[in-house]
Amino acid sequence: MLERVGSRLPDELFRYAMIACGLSVAVLLGLILYELIGNSSLSLHQFGWKFFTGRIWDPVNDVFGALPFIYGTILSSIVALVIAVPLGLGVAVFTTEMCPQRLRAALSFSTELLAAIPSVIYGLWAIFVLVPILRLYVEPGLMRYLGWTGLFQGPPYGIGLLAAGIVLAIMVVPIISSLTREVLSAVPRNQREAALALGATRWEMIRVGVLRNARAGILGAVILGLGRALGETMAVTMVIGNRPEIAKSLLAPGYTMASVLANEFTEATGNLYLSALVEIGLALFLVTIVVNALARLLVWSVTRGLPARVHAQ
Amino acid sequence: MRNRPTRTDGISWLRRLKDHLATAAAVAAVLLVLLPLAAIFIYLVQRGIGSINWAFLTRTPTPVGVPGGGMANAILGTGVILAIASAIGVPLGIGAGVFLSEYGRNPFGDAIRFTADVLNGVPSIVIGIVAYSLVVLRQKHFSALAGGVALGIMMIPTITRATEEMLLLVPVSVREAALGLGVSRWRTTVSITLRTAAAGIVTGIMLAFARVAGETAPLLFTAFGSQFWSANINQPIAALPLQIFVYAISPYDEWHRQAWAGALVLILLIVGTIAVVRLIASRGMMKGTA
Repeated sequence: MLERVGSRLPDELFRYAMIACGLSVAVLLGLILYELIGNSSLSLHQFGWKFFTGRIWDPVNDVFGALPFIYGTILSSIVALVIAVPLGLGVAVFTTEMCPQRLRAALSFSTELLAAIPSVIYGLWAIFVLVPILRLYVEPGLMRYLGWTGLFQGPPYGIGLLAAGIVLAIMVVPIISSLTREVLSAVPRNQREAALALGATRWEMIRVGVLRNARAGILGAVILGLGRALGETMAVTMVIGNRPEIAKSLLAPGYTMASVLANEFTEATGNLYLSALVEIGLALFLVTIVVNALARLLVWSVTRGLPARVHAQ
Repeated sequence: MRNRPTRTDGISWLRRLKDHLATAAAVAAVLLVLLPLAAIFIYLVQRGIGSINWAFLTRTPTPVGVPGGGMANAILGTGVILAIASAIGVPLGIGAGVFLSEYGRNPFGDAIRFTADVLNGVPSIVIGIVAYSLVVLRQKHFSALAGGVALGIMMIPTITRATEEMLLLVPVSVREAALGLGVSRWRTTVSITLRTAAAGIVTGIMLAFARVAGETAPLLFTAFGSQFWSANINQPIAALPLQIFVYAISPYDEWHRQAWAGALVLILLIVGTIAVVRLIASRGMMKGTA
C-alpha cells in the first residue's frame, strides 16, 4: 500500500457522510416510534390495555375503545387474502412455469401497472363501478345461496367490509404475485429437472419440485401482502362505510384503524381524542413492523445466496 | 422434447387431467387479475376524457353549482410537494444506497438494509402522523413542507435499495482500475461507480417518484388541501390525489366528473413516468430492473 497522506482525509469524510446517510434510515424508524409514543402517552396512561378491548368510540364523552377498528382491519384483510392468495399464486406460477417467453414481459408489466395505480383511484373506481355491481348483482346472490353461513346478512348496501376486502385484494395481488415469482425463480433448476426426469407431469413438477421448496418464501410473500392490506387507507376509507360497529356480516359497514385516522385526525378536538388516534397509529405501526420483519426473514430464507437484486421490491 | 409423446403415453388419464386443470386454474387467475386492471383503465379514460378541457387544466376549483372550475392549483401543488419530497428523499436515499453497497457488506450494513425494507412497509398514514407531529405541530399550521417531508420519508427506502442494487451491478474490476490509477476512493465512487450506474439509479428514483405521486393518506393532515393558487411551502396546499378524494366522496355529479378527470391526469403522470423508466431500462445497461 502506498502512503497517500493527501487523499486520506477526504476519503474518511466521504465514508462518514455515507455512513450518516445509512444511519438516517435507522434513525427515521426510531424517530417514528418516538413521535408516536410521545404523542399517544395521554391515551396510553388513561386507558392502558383496555384501549384495545373497548367497544365504544365516543369522542363527545372522551370514551375511546379501539376494538371495532381492529376488528374491521383484521376482517377486511382476511377477506382480501382469501381472494388474493390463490390469484397471486396462480399468476406467479403461470408467469414462471407455464407462460411463453414472449408473454412474460407483458404480464409482469401488467402486474407492475396494477401496483402503480394509486389507492385513491382504486377507491374512486370502487365507489362508482364495483359497489353498484356488488349491490345489484353479487350481494343478493350471496345472501340467497350463502345467507345460512351468517356472513352474508342484512341489507345489501354495496359499501361495507366485503367491498373493502375486494378492493384490498386487487391491490394486494401484485405484491403477492411479484414476490412469489422471485421466490419461485430462486428454486434451483435441477429440482425441476429431477422431477421431470422421474416422469412427473408439469403440474406434479411444480407441486413437488417448485412449490414445496419455496413454501417459506411464499408464506413470506403472503404475509407481506397482509402487511400492505392492514395499513391500506384511502380505497378502504372510501368503500367500507366508516361505522364503528362489530358486525358479523360481511355486508355490513365497518371501520378500520387506518380509515379512522384518515377521517378523524384533522377534526380531533381535545388532546385525549388526538392522543387516542395517535395510539391507533402506534398500534398499526407496531403490527406492520412485526409482520414485515417476519415476511422479509421468510423471503430471505429462500432467496438468500442470490445476488441482492433478487430482493428488489 | 422429441421423446415427449412416448413419455406422456405412460401417464394415467387422471394425472393428465390434473395437469390440465392446474394449467386452466393458473390461466383463469391471470385473467381474473387482468380484468380489474382493464376495467379501471377503460373507466378512467371513458369518464375522465370528457371532463378534461382547458378550464380544468388552468382554473382553480369553483363552488358547487358554479361551472367551469378546474384543478390547476392541485396540479401545481402536487408538483411543489413532489419537489420538496425529492429534495429530501433523493440525496439521503442515494447516500444510504452508496453506504450499503460500498461500505455495508457487514452485519451493520445488513441491519440497515433490513431497516430500509421494514421502513418501506410502514403504512403511509402512519408516516403522515409523524410528519404532522414533526412539522405541523411545530409550525402550528398545515403546510406544503409537511406534505413534502411525509412523501420524502417514503421515497428514502425505495431509492436506497435501488441505488444499492445498481451499484452492485458495476463490476469490481471497474473500481479496481480507477483505484489502480491512483484515484482516491471517494473520487472513484462518485466519478466512476455512481457514474456507471447512473441510468439505473435514475430509474429507481423515478419509480420512487411514481410511487409517492399518487399518495393521498399522508397528505390529509400535512398538506391539507386548498382551493386557491399557492406555491408557498409554508401554507396549506392543494394536491391532485387529495382533490380526487374530496370530490369522489362528495354528493355532486359535477365534482364526480372532475374527480374522474383528475384521476386520469394523475394516472397519466404515473404511467408516463413508468414508461420513461422502461425506455431508459431497455436502452441502458440495467436490463430487468423496471
